[in-house]
Amino acid sequence: MNRFIGFIKKEFYHILRDRRSLFILFGMPIVQVMLFGFAITNEINNVDIAILDHSKDVNTKEIINKIATSKYFSIKGFISHEDEIESTFKKGKIKAVLNFEKDFGKNLVTQKKATVQILTDATDPNTANTISNYVGSILQNYQQELNKGLNMPYQIVPKTRMVFNPELKSVYMFVPGVMTIILMLVSAMMTSISITKEKELGTMEILLVSPLNPIQVIVGKVVPYILLSIINAAVIILLSIFVFKMPVQGSLFLLGAESTLFIVNALSLGILISTISSTQQTAMMISLMGLMLPVILLSGFIFPISSMPLPLQLISNIIPAKWFIMILKGIMLKGVGLAYVWKETLILIGMTIFFIALSVKKYKIRLE
Amino acid sequence: MTKDNMIQVQNLTKMFGDFTAVNNISFEVGKGEVFGFLGANGAGKTTAMKMLIGISKPTHGAATVAGYNVLTEAEQVKRNIGYMSQRFSLYNDLTIKENIVFFGGIYGLSSADIKEKSQAMINELGLHDMADSLVGSLPLGWKQKVAFSVALLHNPKIVFLDEPTGGVDPITRRQFWEMIYMEANRGVTIFVTTHYMDEAEYCDRVSIMVAGKIEALDTPKNLKGQFQVDSMNQVFLKLARNIE
Repeated sequence: MNRFIGFIKKEFYHILRDRRSLFILFGMPIVQVMLFGFAITNEINNVDIAILDHSKDVNTKEIINKIATSKYFSIKGFISHEDEIESTFKKGKIKAVLNFEKDFGKNLVTQKKATVQILTDATDPNTANTISNYVGSILQNYQQELNKGLNMPYQIVPKTRMVFNPELKSVYMFVPGVMTIILMLVSAMMTSISITKEKELGTMEILLVSPLNPIQVIVGKVVPYILLSIINAAVIILLSIFVFKMPVQGSLFLLGAESTLFIVNALSLGILISTISSTQQTAMMISLMGLMLPVILLSGFIFPISSMPLPLQLISNIIPAKWFIMILKGIMLKGVGLAYVWKETLILIGMTIFFIALSVKKYKIRLE
Repeated sequence: MTKDNMIQVQNLTKMFGDFTAVNNISFEVGKGEVFGFLGANGAGKTTAMKMLIGISKPTHGAATVAGYNVLTEAEQVKRNIGYMSQRFSLYNDLTIKENIVFFGGIYGLSSADIKEKSQAMINELGLHDMADSLVGSLPLGWKQKVAFSVALLHNPKIVFLDEPTGGVDPITRRQFWEMIYMEANRGVTIFVTTHYMDEAEYCDRVSIMVAGKIEALDTPKNLKGQFQVDSMNQVFLKLARNIE
């Protein structure tokens, strides 16, 4: 055990003294999460919207004025009929339409309640979401002003409708996706590089001549990366919760456990890569081409799998990242428990065992 | 087979497909002997050595190292040998001390033992100022000396040195050989491969491999007599030419 701890300590020295790998380990996750986060959830400014006012009374005018004077929106047209909404959106300029119900002001006075519909173009789901939030808060502001000193409050009910992509399928998609990419990169690429580095420098030979057996050597090399990857996963989750206000609906413990499973899966892939490549460069190329590209293109992170041609859909099944992203989405966004992701979990476990078995076999052949 | 033989090799053969890298070699090395294992590049010496240190399996034949069978008792063999390779044996991004602690650790030395040995080694090599600097910053000659000492940390009975002085200047090479003699006098068996024929003269006995076979094996003096030349270099050239 003592000698094993010594081995792990040495591995940490390697990692901590190589600035490049330190940056990949810790700088990159933060940069990536920030980049993706801000690129997708950027603030809205001067978004063009159109108004469909069936009521044309004092209240609707005041609301329209409020919206027109806010820096977030500029009103680019008034339409007079529901039929025009779709064609307005299709032109692509207008991102949202505000539809005031008939007798808006009258309803507000008589029934203390009036409805306005916010229609947004959800082909860009993040923007759509932000727009409806902003409009909602302007409406709420106005409502509060109206209600000052009243004991029977008025209520303005906004009804949000997403046009074109009602389920907002890619919202928050970036966190599971980026997390998957980073864990894959750090775990698989870094381990395969660090193992081939020992081969390249010749120190692997020294280790194999020592009484440590090959399995101990590999496990010793991998353990530090498991620990670092778990820290990475935690950093990403914390960043997404606190910086991007991404909700984690499901159990954090399950999330942690599944992330660890995926990390081990990626590590076993890294070991497999290191058994078939003899230089660091080859290991890096194989990791990038063989792991990163499929993860980015075929995992469903950026391009929805359901709209891929059938052969690609089939190939996507053998990519661990696809299953991990499904698990992440389930836990983080839908709040489901293991009962809903057991199938994906089993697939990941199966793949991990397969990769490990294959690397053990390859590793033995190399020693013959 | 005498009791004092630390290495005993019988009809050792290694084939890679149709290619015979090591062809039916046999020899013995006695305790405390400095045994030179010579041969041109590709003659099969590294392959032969790899079989002896347990990282390559022989196709035919048998070998015992430190009294243990390399095929069936690899674990015991590994505990009793030290190994230093022509390519670098230490970690450049670790300090001298950290390297000692690491290698001491994987050979199962206790921390007290490691502490004592590293102190002794630092004293012996005069490394007080450098003990905490990264190995990567040392000159090559120093690195090799430290690597040799590290290979001896766990008191192995035999040390395998694979071209230990490659690329090292003549003065440091000289010092390195002094270290080798010192260890041999302490009873450690030295198995060394080299390209430098002047170094071959320092060995007690020398074997010369050509195309997978041992073509000559004797003391440098006897070999020079046998080939009627006055340097090992000439022995080597003559042998290589004769075969071709």
